[in-house]
Amino acid sequence: MNKVRALIVDDSSVMRKIVERSLRQAGIDLSQVLEASNGAEALGVVRDNPVELILCDINMPVMDGLEFVRQMQALDIPKRPPIVMITTEGSESHVVEALSHGARGYIRKPFTPDQVREHVIPLLEQKP
Amino acid sequence: MTQSNDRASWQPLLELAAGEVFEIMVGCKLGPAANPDDAPSSDLTAMVGLAGQLCGVLSIRCSTQAAILMASKMLGVDTDQANSQVWDAVGEICNMIAGNFKSKLAGLGDHCMLSVPTVIRGSDYTFRALSDSGPVEAILMFEGSPIQLSLEVHS
Repeated sequence: MNKVRALIVDDSSVMRKIVERSLRQAGIDLSQVLEASNGAEALGVVRDNPVELILCDINMPVMDGLEFVRQMQALDIPKRPPIVMITTEGSESHVVEALSHGARGYIRKPFTPDQVREHVIPLLEQKP
Repeated sequence: MTQSNDRASWQPLLELAAGEVFEIMVGCKLGPAANPDDAPSSDLTAMVGLAGQLCGVLSIRCSTQAAILMASKMLGVDTDQANSQVWDAVGEICNMIAGNFKSKLAGLGDHCMLSVPTVIRGSDYTFRALSDSGPVEAILMFEGSPIQLSLEVHS
């Protein structure tokens, strides 16, 4: 697997660090990790930086993860990275909404590196 | 999965939810308090609101030292490097316990939302959640320090 440039979107800096560590523990070779604390910031990051993977919280101030996924669909970028939602919310309607707007997976907190591996690696191995 | 109106089951479910969060995200097992009166000093209180079919507040109280140790273990850094992340770490733990507890109650997923966490430093405050019954409480030991979980709900 190639090196991956990932964007981690979460309003908690602790969670962003934990997600990054879990990605590394899952065996994902990260070339760079970009961070954003809400969906609006993340859209700005994606406009300016090509990324191969996005992990995104749902419940965030300013712009939540569901709105971010919706707005990502309208973004004019050459290659659309897979988005995996990471959240404490067990709401099935949130999952369905995120998936229907283009998210490719869903991990519920608390999570183990094995769960990250199981959900993320197949997405990275898929051909564009 | 437990029915959401079965309040008698909430206390063990709350302990289970907290235990799973600590084991997976902090890397520590929580133990029972040797003495039920072993309430922690409330240096830090993190709270997450619940709204919808279940309305109320879930809070976790602990000492500053326990909170620093939690942040340190969550991040895999020394305690002196974890100090600046303590508020965020305790807030996230509370958030994950609330979410994990909610997921163990049947039918709540789409009908109960969580707020973002709020964290208070200090103990000189009075907290009122407008609950219509007594709180569901648990005191558990984290690395030798007591932590107190409290769930106050109203119908």
